[in-house]
Amino acid sequence: MNKQFLKTVFLKTLPVMTGYIALGIGFGILFNSHGYGLLWSVLMAALVYAGSMQYVAINLISGGASLITIALTTLLVNARHLFYGISMIGKYKNAGKKKPYLIFALTDETYSLLCGDDYPEDIDKGKYQFAVSLANHLYWITGCALGSVIGSAIPFNTAGIDFCMTALFVTIFVEQWLSTKRHLPAIIGLVSAVICLLIFGVDAFLIPTMILISASLIIFKRFIKEADNG
Amino acid sequence: MDNLYLILSISVIAVITAALRFIPFAVFSANRKTPNIILYLGKYLPYSIMAMLVVYCLKSVNLLASPFGIPELIGVIIVVVLHLFKRNTLISIAGGTICYMVLVQLIF
Repeated sequence: MNKQFLKTVFLKTLPVMTGYIALGIGFGILFNSHGYGLLWSVLMAALVYAGSMQYVAINLISGGASLITIALTTLLVNARHLFYGISMIGKYKNAGKKKPYLIFALTDETYSLLCGDDYPEDIDKGKYQFAVSLANHLYWITGCALGSVIGSAIPFNTAGIDFCMTALFVTIFVEQWLSTKRHLPAIIGLVSAVICLLIFGVDAFLIPTMILISASLIIFKRFIKEADNG
Repeated sequence: MDNLYLILSISVIAVITAALRFIPFAVFSANRKTPNIILYLGKYLPYSIMAMLVVYCLKSVNLLASPFGIPELIGVIIVVVLHLFKRNTLISIAGGTICYMVLVQLIF
């Protein structure tokens, strides 16, 4: 592994590094404020390694949700990973022994770095994919650990810090909104969630929402596709 | 008990998350064509899910009692405005969260 290779990987992953460390710190502080220290933060970062789900998990765990609820929520919140996988099947085809780790570490951000065709020239693709995935994973673990340490070392009034999770999702929402002309899927999500929240209440609306969203997307398929072509 | 619950919870989340990442590779091989409806949902579901997650975060806000969701509304507006102008995820999240913390700790 030469210097040039490491430099390429570092520069490519730099935006993810800043994001992961900051979001990781947020997670660590938040988890710590609910009474779960460094070990738990690191364990979660290493084994789960899914940003938004980890934030949602804090709510579930500190509220004592049942394992069934935790399982179903994970299924729904992370269902999008199914689709990342589908589009990476070809790219990871020849990864050999590295393939299981590449699949395990396929987060939103790693996907965004590796899904394109803009790989550096003259590079061992498998090695490059592995290095990018591992670097991102390490940034995330570092961020979560740092946050936990900061949260316990500097006692401050954490009331309201949960809002960083809302802010994260709002930011991604705005980013997605700006990236496309097709706003119907986002609107369907918003309307479905509000309707189901009113009908099923705060503890049980995620699953009905997902079903309503999938059904609506299929029903409105023609309009969404048309907007796509326009 | 609490530790056992935590370990079980983290295991459940880890196993399901990993399973979701592995399933496509197990089900659809590089040579077989993925059904169109799956590709379609894969393309558009992320937009809907993100909207759902925003609602999920705000689900416990009570609009009928003081402070009527005003801190959340201001926080969200700050995040959106910051993001439209700066387009920098970190600035948007940090700015919105700090403002929200100030609002709930000092004002409301």
